[in-house]
Amino acid sequence: MPSRIAPVHVRAYTATCALGVGKAALLAGVTEHRSGLRPNTFGRHALATWVGQVDGLDVPLPGPLGHWDCRNNRLAWRGLQADGFLDAAQAARHRFGAARVAVVMGTSTSSIGATEDAYAQLDAAGRFPADMRHPEVHTPHSIGAFVQDALGLEGPCLTVSTACSSSAKVFAVAERLLRLGLVDAAVVGGVDTLCGSVLFGFNALQLVSPEPCRPFDAHRNGINLGEAAGFALLERANSASGALLLLGHGESSDAHHMSSPHPEGLGAERALDDALARAGIDANAIDCINLHGTASAKNDEVEAALVARRFPATTHASSTKGFVGHTLGAAGIVEAAFSLLAIETGLMPGTVNTAVLDPLCGPQIRLRPARGDVRRVLSNSFGFGGTNCVLVFGRGDAAASGRAAP
Amino acid sequence: MTTLFIDAVALWAPTLPGWDTARAAFRGAGVPADPPLRRPAPELLPPAERRRAPDTVALALEVASNAVAQSGHTAADLASVFTSAHGDLGITDYMCRTLVDAPTAVSPTRFHNSVHNAASGYWTMATGCMQASSAVSAFTHSFAAGLLEACTQCVADERAVLLVGYDIEASGALACTTASQGLLGLALVLAPARGARSVAALAWSLASGPSAPVPLRTAAAQSLAGNAMADGLPLFEALALEWREPFLMPLSATLSLELRVSDPWA
Repeated sequence: MPSRIAPVHVRAYTATCALGVGKAALLAGVTEHRSGLRPNTFGRHALATWVGQVDGLDVPLPGPLGHWDCRNNRLAWRGLQADGFLDAAQAARHRFGAARVAVVMGTSTSSIGATEDAYAQLDAAGRFPADMRHPEVHTPHSIGAFVQDALGLEGPCLTVSTACSSSAKVFAVAERLLRLGLVDAAVVGGVDTLCGSVLFGFNALQLVSPEPCRPFDAHRNGINLGEAAGFALLERANSASGALLLLGHGESSDAHHMSSPHPEGLGAERALDDALARAGIDANAIDCINLHGTASAKNDEVEAALVARRFPATTHASSTKGFVGHTLGAAGIVEAAFSLLAIETGLMPGTVNTAVLDPLCGPQIRLRPARGDVRRVLSNSFGFGGTNCVLVFGRGDAAASGRAAP
Repeated sequence: MTTLFIDAVALWAPTLPGWDTARAAFRGAGVPADPPLRRPAPELLPPAERRRAPDTVALALEVASNAVAQSGHTAADLASVFTSAHGDLGITDYMCRTLVDAPTAVSPTRFHNSVHNAASGYWTMATGCMQASSAVSAFTHSFAAGLLEACTQCVADERAVLLVGYDIEASGALACTTASQGLLGLALVLAPARGARSVAALAWSLASGPSAPVPLRTAAAQSLAGNAMADGLPLFEALALEWREPFLMPLSATLSLELRVSDPWA
């Protein structure tokens, strides 16, 4: 088991997704228990499904950032403007110096939508149109490098691309950089946008639902894809009471299958155990869980069983995929934002769209939102390739209590 | 500077298919493979899977298994970091071509193999490894960024880490903008403490200020420089030539890893 880590201060965070721009839109969605999903009209060949789409991405990036222009980086830019995040990042840059602030971004497909567009417009010689030949856009690191450029930062910069755990793992990368004193702050986040690759790829795997997705429903029939951008600014924690904290993280591998979870959830459980050990708490101290809950038959079956066997009946667990869709490489950060918002407001999300819970679900999995004293939230992110990441967030005054017995 | 230990080194390129051959070539000896090999055939995979594996997966698993075999560590116990500038460029070309006119014809297998962490997934499946495994990317600085992440994990969690870097050749229309030639796979096993198999000590730190890559010293390394993973080659040259001076490996235009390789037993 890993040792307990010093908590990391989440100084600022934001998310932009199908519910709208910023935290206020997330909170309104949770409060009103309202799905942001809509029938899909995205792309030249619109697949019959529902999606979590973000409006207003038609405006190109401004002047000096113009060479980064593509849907994914536009969404990142839009997301950075929300909740004063740009100002918070600039303040960190002034406080610590540009070279002492890392950028660690998660994504599944980054700017591949731009590459798909270029393939649809090849010239007579079979080449990209001249104005689309930007090598820095047609590569996974497009998102990390763009965010670093947009924020004027000069610390270590990395793109993590481990499918649907990507922007959960960025918290672990940043925590290690902070713990070793290599940086004084880190901008972490994740951005993924709708594109043909994921719509038709998941369709080929028969994982896409033609209806609004229903996580943990007895009659669930697949996922809805979504797009989102989210960011958090992390620093080493001082004694600030009431501050939002990253308490722990756990990463593991299923070693089982490329596109199907370990049937007993052993990889996920290992990540859970590591996250709890780093946080120095046991499962009873978790008030709320943001489940991975994709509404795929297999994920929800395995995850429901894990939650039922490891958590007390009092833990409120729900999936937010019905609000925003499965935002893939952005799912970790969006769900971190839902988790942090629950700690700040005491409002724990319900599981929207779901009508009849699968009998596999324990009493933890809730359909309706609920209010309570939310001190510690766990967030699950699992992905293709058998990658798992579990995060634990809390409040300043919660870090010291709820420790596991020595 | 923080000091780690390198418990194993692996390299695979079509002309230099293994670290012994590459090390000899970097030292001005040895004979490159002629004709060059098309791609590696990692024995870790059963024959049918070996044939079906995407080029990136075959390449990554070849260097990963060679490194771990020499290292004295057990694969299932190692955390791993897989780094690649572009992932599987052949699959990206296939996906983008297919989506233009026949999106519903996308192959489900090619799609799940298109994820950037495909090599990480196949590695952990083939070795039964349930440890943390990551897949990262940093454009022209991908080896350096992966090395930083691996060093950070090794020190922060006091555990041995497998680092695997790989890129393949750009193909199709993508080749008009993405620069990567041939295949190049690099791997190291890093450990927090010296072990019986340690081959080098590696001191590392971050250095800010304008960065420039160290020019490659040998014709053998220069012949691999067109690959997108080539930013790692100066370290492999230093290991082969037992070069003891500190050098910078750029992480960006303004930040570098400062590295120094030394005799672990000195």
